[in-house]
Amino acid sequence: MTNTNNRYDLNRQLAQMLKGGVIMDVTNAEQAKIAEAAGACAVMALERIPADIRAVGGVARMSDPRLIKEIQNAVSIPVMAKCRIGHIAEADILEALEIDYIDESEVLSPADDIYHIDKTQYKVPFVCGAKNLGEALRRIAEGASMIRTKGEPGTGDVVQAVSHMRLINSQIMQIVAARPDELYNIAKELAAPYDLVEYVHENGKLPVVNFAAGGVATPADAALMMKLGAEGVFVGSGIFSSGNPAKRASAIVQAVTNYEDADLLAKLSENLGEAMVGINADEIQFLMSKRGA
Amino acid sequence: MLNNKTIGVLALQGAFIEHIHMLESLGATCYEIRQLSDLTIRKYDGIVLPGGESTTQTNLLKKLDIFDYLQKLISDGLPVLATCAGAILLADNICDNTTEALHPGHLQTLPVTIRRNAYGRQLGSFTTTSDFGPIKNVSMTFIRAPYFNSIESPDVKVLSTVDDHVVAVRYQNQVALSFHPEVTEDTRIHEYFLQEVC
Repeated sequence: MTNTNNRYDLNRQLAQMLKGGVIMDVTNAEQAKIAEAAGACAVMALERIPADIRAVGGVARMSDPRLIKEIQNAVSIPVMAKCRIGHIAEADILEALEIDYIDESEVLSPADDIYHIDKTQYKVPFVCGAKNLGEALRRIAEGASMIRTKGEPGTGDVVQAVSHMRLINSQIMQIVAARPDELYNIAKELAAPYDLVEYVHENGKLPVVNFAAGGVATPADAALMMKLGAEGVFVGSGIFSSGNPAKRASAIVQAVTNYEDADLLAKLSENLGEAMVGINADEIQFLMSKRGA
Repeated sequence: MLNNKTIGVLALQGAFIEHIHMLESLGATCYEIRQLSDLTIRKYDGIVLPGGESTTQTNLLKKLDIFDYLQKLISDGLPVLATCAGAILLADNICDNTTEALHPGHLQTLPVTIRRNAYGRQLGSFTTTSDFGPIKNVSMTFIRAPYFNSIESPDVKVLSTVDDHVVAVRYQNQVALSFHPEVTEDTRIHEYFLQEVC
């Protein structure tokens, strides 16, 4: 009677339910509860926030399943977790944990420098990062049911997320404006499947939800990304490396809902305590966003 | 006629634009409710509480001072269509599916106990076809969905069941669903809301 064969649609639709929300990185059950109480629509279970991954260096891997289970037991909102790009076995493990969403993420050290995971082979949904439309459409072709900008994680610098979101949206508008007989060459240039390019031409949007991620640290950053067309926001290091995580988290949640109301944004931005110090994206040794293409 | 209805759609978080597109295709005029002033500025024929995350939506209803006013509007008879998280917002009581603990609900305008995440995590999400009152063979999409665990008033009418669980109810001016008609092509439940409830 019940049907789960249309798994991909169900996974795309779960992302639709997350829209207008904030997905927060958390490293333990206590932080997960703070995030949920502040209004997060989902949490990302991680051993270290991206800023600390940068600071510590070394190889960053999938989190300990015990940590993920503790976080799953602590909250009722969806729980996401990251696996390394191309790491099929880590993805298998996360699926076995019944994770609500897998982020095949450039924040972790890539396990494969050529191939991404064939996400069509999984029942659980995947979100993937993209810095341009070609990447976004390739990830969707591989089975991603949600896209986020890569931005530059762990920096608190929003510049890369802004340029990725602007680029994806301007490439979408170019495809909308193109003649139908030009779509074949556009598909070739983007290195993306023709049918997805055709979808973008006809609908003026990606076939899946597109969130902003990578460097969002303040309510104003979150509102900026919504104004640029993001359908929701991931906040990684910005909350739990700041002075008052609960207050900042709540302010960012409200800013995403009311990103057009400058008076409210001014109020929300008041007296949030110290923001994450951050690091400018052009001052760092390596860009995580260059991982996976 | 379906048109000429003015519908407010709670747009704090979740899948609200899907409701707006469906209602507008039926001729209704929709407004997004993001702040208290969006609710007080005009008179609505009905309101939609969309799917999303109920904890997020409740949090925002309170932080943005919409909660009390919305609760009063619904108690005073404003027609409401609530899907998934929206149904959780209306329920008198909420049952936690993992701990079986019973918690007081949020708006508490609908005398039911609703079971959150009743089908488990995302792997438990599914689609099916069932009847909705007199409307036959409605395609229903359940995403981390709740169901109605128990009905606390004889005035609550059961409209749909799936596998012996109640998944749609009507109580006076309130229609609450576990599933998401707004993500399908089937507009009949929205037509029912505009015609029979508003």
